[in-house]
Amino acid sequence: MSVFAFYLFAICVIGGGLFTVISRNPVHSVLWLILAFLSSAGLFVMLGAEFVAMLLVIVYVGAVAVLFLFVVMMLDVDFAELKAEMAKYMPLALLIGLVILMQFVMAFGAWESNSAAADLRAQVVTIERHNTDALGMVLYDQYFLLFQLAGLILLVAMIGAIVLTLRHRKDVKRQDVVAQMMRDPKLAIELKDVKPGQGL
Amino acid sequence: MADFFFTTTTGGLLLIVGQILLIVVPLLVALAFLMYADRKIWAAVMLRRGPNVVGVFGLLQSFADFGKYIVKEVVVPAGADRPVFFLAPMISLVMALVAWAVIPFNDGWVLSDINVAILFVFAISSLEVYGVIMGGWASNSKYPFLGSLRSAAQMISYEVSIGLIIIGVIISSGSMNFGHIVASQSSEFGLLSWYWLPHFPMLILFFISALAETNRPPFDLPEAESELVAGYQVEYSSTPFLLFMIGELVAVVLMCALITLLFFGGWLSPVPFLPDGIFWMVLKMGVVFFFFSMVKAITPRYRYDQLMRLGWKVFLPFSLVWVVFVAFAAKFEWFWGIYARWAVGV
Repeated sequence: MSVFAFYLFAICVIGGGLFTVISRNPVHSVLWLILAFLSSAGLFVMLGAEFVAMLLVIVYVGAVAVLFLFVVMMLDVDFAELKAEMAKYMPLALLIGLVILMQFVMAFGAWESNSAAADLRAQVVTIERHNTDALGMVLYDQYFLLFQLAGLILLVAMIGAIVLTLRHRKDVKRQDVVAQMMRDPKLAIELKDVKPGQGL
Repeated sequence: MADFFFTTTTGGLLLIVGQILLIVVPLLVALAFLMYADRKIWAAVMLRRGPNVVGVFGLLQSFADFGKYIVKEVVVPAGADRPVFFLAPMISLVMALVAWAVIPFNDGWVLSDINVAILFVFAISSLEVYGVIMGGWASNSKYPFLGSLRSAAQMISYEVSIGLIIIGVIISSGSMNFGHIVASQSSEFGLLSWYWLPHFPMLILFFISALAETNRPPFDLPEAESELVAGYQVEYSSTPFLLFMIGELVAVVLMCALITLLFFGGWLSPVPFLPDGIFWMVLKMGVVFFFFSMVKAITPRYRYDQLMRLGWKVFLPFSLVWVVFVAFAAKFEWFWGIYARWAVGV
């Protein structure tokens, strides 16, 4: 049964990746990408790395892909024009693809690994502590400083993004929440006793 | 016979299918009556009668609605992206149902007893937003699209504070498994040892965030009838619309279950002399659902900027500070260690 599940997830990852590239519609591309993310989370679960799988779903599918989808939906895409441009850039794209492929072949062709390490990778970890615990121990004990530094870098990036996009324009009307909450209902509403048939 | 189910692959699959049906069928039947209860409570607050025609006291109203949704014609807009248009309601329903795989109803009564159960629920509820976005986009119309953008932004915003609140409970219980979280709330003090007491401010925040996350009033901005027709569901009719509705309501009931498990001790009995059991779980979920309905009846709808402000500028900082507080309280075992049940040995 797990073999069946493995092939299902593997086919979904590869199929999702493939259709991400060849879909005409960019929104469909993102949806295929989400399928690929989800299936790879399934593969992680099968490897026993359930915590990583959940993080993959929460971070990539729940947050990053949603942003992708937002951006792509907002784009005004002209498909005919895109196809025409595609032909123009095709040689360059092929060249880059070829170079990267060569690099991968060179890198992985020279890859040698210790046979003991290979055996170790193949077997499922069966230690008592489950992998959330184990990851926590590694991140917060062994690599504590690196982990905090990574957080700091992200914080800098976040502040940078906020500073770049924050603009205070005087001519824009804004909601003043404090003023709204402090408003006195007695001053805002005037009750009138309207006589029937008379009006105000 | 028992060997067939526990040893062979086919038997195992059949067993799982049976267990799934055992969860989903009672859930959906209960849903019909919850929908009815929702409308009755709403009506009672407004001094109306509510549904009272179909069946005794209108009890079968939901089933009549169901029949109506099923037999009506499915209308698809001409410019719609058909595959995505029909995929969206299905995703919405399936995602709402999948999360029930890890929800325990009693000690050990759970389909899949995984270590990261709470993360699983969180991950699945972050996927529910796709049904909304895809539905709004695939309709190829302005109103659904704007409605879906609103709705998606709202769901993502409140997920952040829900995540932080869950972290507080995880720190207290020392586990992400629902069974352990509930077990860590049991003691001879009954309901006083449940997490609603030490985590009381977070219970309120979680409840309000759950309202926003499931697009319930007073945060039902995506379908604000008075402004936006019906948000991302405008172009949906008949069965696809029914799927959206069921998905939304299943998500609400899931939130009731989450609140029960995290803050009200799940299936634990509130007083020591009564036995624990599934009865308590169902009863607590019902009470939480009652509060969901009451909120719908008695609160006016929020404005969109107020909603965003509440999520990002009030809930997020507050729950973040609370996580830090709980971390310290757990580490140094303040208040007789009620924030660190794993350390004081339950």
